[in-house]
Amino acid sequence: MARRTFEVYRGTAADGKLENYDVEVEPGMVVLDAIFRIQAGESPDLAVRWNCKAGKCGSCGCEINGRPKLSCMTRISDYPDGESITVTPMKAFPIIKDLVTDVSQNYRANKKIPQFRPRPKDAEDGWRMYQFEVDKAQEMRKCIECFLCQDVCHVLRSHGKHEEFAGPAYMVRTAAFSMNPIDTVDRIEFLKETGGIGYCNITKCCTEVCPEHITITDNAIIPLKERVVDRYYDPIKALVRLVRRGGKNG
Amino acid sequence: MESSAAVHERGLGKTLRRDRWWVPPLSVALGLSLCGAYATWAVLQGNYYFAEQFHYLSPFYSPCITASCPEDIRLFGIGWWPLSPAILMMGVILGFRGTCYYYRKAYYRAYFMDPPACAVGEPWGEGYKGETVFPMIIQNLHRYFLYASVVVWLFLTYDTVMAFFPHGQFGMGLGSLVLLVNLFLLSGYLFGCHSLRHIIGGNVDCYSCAFGGKARHGAWKRASWFNKRHMGFAWFSLVFVCLTDLYIRLVSMGTITDFRLF
Ligand code: SF4
Ligand code: SF4
Ligand code: FES
Ligand code: FES
Repeated sequence: MARRTFEVYRGTAADGKLENYDVEVEPGMVVLDAIFRIQAGESPDLAVRWNCKAGKCGSCGCEINGRPKLSCMTRISDYPDGESITVTPMKAFPIIKDLVTDVSQNYRANKKIPQFRPRPKDAEDGWRMYQFEVDKAQEMRKCIECFLCQDVCHVLRSHGKHEEFAGPAYMVRTAAFSMNPIDTVDRIEFLKETGGIGYCNITKCCTEVCPEHITITDNAIIPLKERVVDRYYDPIKALVRLVRRGGKNG
Repeated sequence: MESSAAVHERGLGKTLRRDRWWVPPLSVALGLSLCGAYATWAVLQGNYYFAEQFHYLSPFYSPCITASCPEDIRLFGIGWWPLSPAILMMGVILGFRGTCYYYRKAYYRAYFMDPPACAVGEPWGEGYKGETVFPMIIQNLHRYFLYASVVVWLFLTYDTVMAFFPHGQFGMGLGSLVLLVNLFLLSGYLFGCHSLRHIIGGNVDCYSCAFGGKARHGAWKRASWFNKRHMGFAWFSLVFVCLTDLYIRLVSMGTITDFRLF
């Protein structure tokens, strides 16, 4: 049976280091399995957050060899034999202990989004819509809130703009609401002001790491940016609106 | 690595990634710089952009709107412009590509290192404002460059047709095919534009409620096909437009002769 060295972050935000663990690995094992073995052996106090071990709860986000990943979906065999593997907490969030970070800023960002409000029901039993028109919103509904995109986004990770920019995951959520055919809420002002969509410089790292393969930048953020342009940066549209309003008033 | 520094460190190039993350930004910087340098040089030349015999016009010089343009292709004939006619049109092309959502990603990463690659540290800190303030806020005008580019694209289409009908008669050479491929690639790039995709149907949420909703959904779907391949079209069309200019330049200089098929 093969052995692998794992370099795992141990400690808090203020004080910690990468600790080496020599782990016995078998074919098919994922990185989270190795973490379990470390817990079962040398370090029962190694802190890690996980839940489903099936890539669906979004709890086990961390960084493996410096890349944001779900540890339960990352096979050890993906990394070259004989090389050590580093496992570190998500860099964009404050470390609580070892691999566990404080992700509460994401929940705060979520709360700022104007909630979904559907139009009145089309019939007694609900609404009528076609599959082709819900496709756009459905792509966004795949989000498992793992925060890997929030972690990799340089606006949050390198520039620390957690208060100014809601982050890619919440652009996805806004798109899920706004692109829903029966939604009635206007979120454009939110996007520009509180959501801070202008902070995103569309460098697409969020799209690269999303385990649900949501095309975050192209299908959520850029279309939402275009909506903001419609309202705030398009002089012709502004003129048309002005004329219409003038017509109505006059 | 033994210290916590590996986890907490910030700054250019700081990362725990072990792959060659610097290869893509470096390649993009090289590619953009090379194409940019050639295009600038070609645009400043102001000569050898039209092979009159076969009616091949370099895409950098289309439409040719100053008085110095050869009679066959002259439009407006603007007299007060003393420099190369291509410089005027370059504003449109540069504006379109420069504010394109794909190229923004490419040069923000490759030139501005903001960020150089995913999960890699960058030189900038908390002063970052993204596209919320001047000058980057100008990126929001992309759709205006799109409108102008559609007009230029119509001229390119006309030029390509003319390359098959020099002096009113059908004729075809390698140059005609070069111009055709160039048009195909530029069209692919244009049709995949995010702003276009938004305007023709992306801005609709309830297609069954909107006027012409089904048709707009169809148009949006088609634009989405090109949009998925926008990066590819951006690169191929950029390189090929330079090659097209080079080919026409060499033909009009007499350095090479056009291979005639018909
Ligand atoms: S595309 Fe925008 S939201 Fe996504 S990682 Fe880059 S800056 Fe952040
Ligand atoms: S958008 Fe993707 S990466 Fe971001 S939180 Fe949702 S599933 Fe995770
Ligand atoms: S444990 Fe649920 S996604 Fe990894
Ligand atoms: S987004 Fe690339 S051309 Fe418009």
